[in-house]
Amino acid sequence: MPAVSMTVNGKPVSGEVEGRTLLVQFLREHLSLTGTHVGCDTTQCGACAVHVDGKAVKSCTYLALMAEGCEITTIEGLASGDELHPMQEAFRQNHGLQCGFCTPGMIMSGVALAERNGAPSEQETREWLEGNLCRCTGYHNIVKSIMAGARAMSGQS
Amino acid sequence: MYEFNYHRATSIADAAAKLGQGDDPTLMAGGMTLIPTLKQRLAMPSDVVHVGGIADLAGISVEGDTLVIGAMTTHDTVANSDVVKSAIPALADLAGGIGDPMVRNRGTIGGSVANNDPAADYPAGLLGLGAIVVTNKREIAADDFFTAMFETALEEGEILTAVKFPTPKRAAYVKFPNPASRYAVVGVIVAEAADGIRVAVTGAAPSVFRHTAMEQALTAKFSADSVKGLAGDATNMNSDIHASAEYRAHLVGVMARRAVAAIA
Repeated sequence: MPAVSMTVNGKPVSGEVEGRTLLVQFLREHLSLTGTHVGCDTTQCGACAVHVDGKAVKSCTYLALMAEGCEITTIEGLASGDELHPMQEAFRQNHGLQCGFCTPGMIMSGVALAERNGAPSEQETREWLEGNLCRCTGYHNIVKSIMAGARAMSGQS
Repeated sequence: MYEFNYHRATSIADAAAKLGQGDDPTLMAGGMTLIPTLKQRLAMPSDVVHVGGIADLAGISVEGDTLVIGAMTTHDTVANSDVVKSAIPALADLAGGIGDPMVRNRGTIGGSVANNDPAADYPAGLLGLGAIVVTNKREIAADDFFTAMFETALEEGEILTAVKFPTPKRAAYVKFPNPASRYAVVGVIVAEAADGIRVAVTGAAPSVFRHTAMEQALTAKFSADSVKGLAGDATNMNSDIHASAEYRAHLVGVMARRAVAAIA
């Protein structure tokens, strides 16, 4: 089987995969990084969102072999030890989750928005979340969380 | 997915060579259509040649009155490019309305154009703006490129490398998006190009098409009222769970009037 090497959350990793192995399968099943979820498996729900070379992608629609040499960040890579990432903390403060299934994808997508726009409006946040589905919250607190998390990331209160 | 051999192409020549191997190879750009297709086992290629990482195929430039976009340029790059926003703002709008932000980070203009999905946005953009498709072998006018549903003029082993857009005087693309996929239930582009008014419609029929009746009416008088009643014959339109043929025919008229109103 072909070999693949990449950096995941700052650590070099490698493994043998099939051509058809998805990046999300490699993360979950080879590396046991199960924070990245598979929801719809059809590129719609965004529960599988990770960052590849700094850009948010849906890892259920990305082959593991395409990530050769790339820098991957997953939800497990955000916190520093016991200190939550500002976007994670914003979700906690604003009750941005209920069942939690979509949350890793929401946070990874929210971080990508914040890196582009440090003070997104409600409208900009809702449009950005077109690729992330939540079946519990009605999005209201997720939007509040991401707006607060973006401001915290850019040093605004 | 059925198993396949994955190849990463490093150049156009390398991709062409790798396409020549294997029983039934296929090209992959961003994978936003091909990977879901493979997951559903709707295709069973022996080899997947990934061209998305070829640096020479990505980039945006202006040559005289022509905007040139490399085939592997992502929708996100086109949507946020100051060059595109300045030269053809309608094209930046079109790219920014495809899928969602994460899909736009991966999907490419070349992949979309070569796939010719009947509900995709870019085919309307190319046809409405009178673009030229550049391959590793030749140049093909958009009018001759989109031949049928999921069919193009590309030949076996031919690789799309760039798209050239003549800069129009003015243009607007308006679509009625499917609320889940953001594919166009119907999308209409209206452009005033150097060679006259062009109107192209996607989503409505088996393949993107030019709406000549509307082009003639808008040439006579460029006003949203000119296209009233010209939407088209529902018998030639798609009917599926998203919209009936009659509804699509109605939407062609509505989207066309909105596009004209946006630039009139």
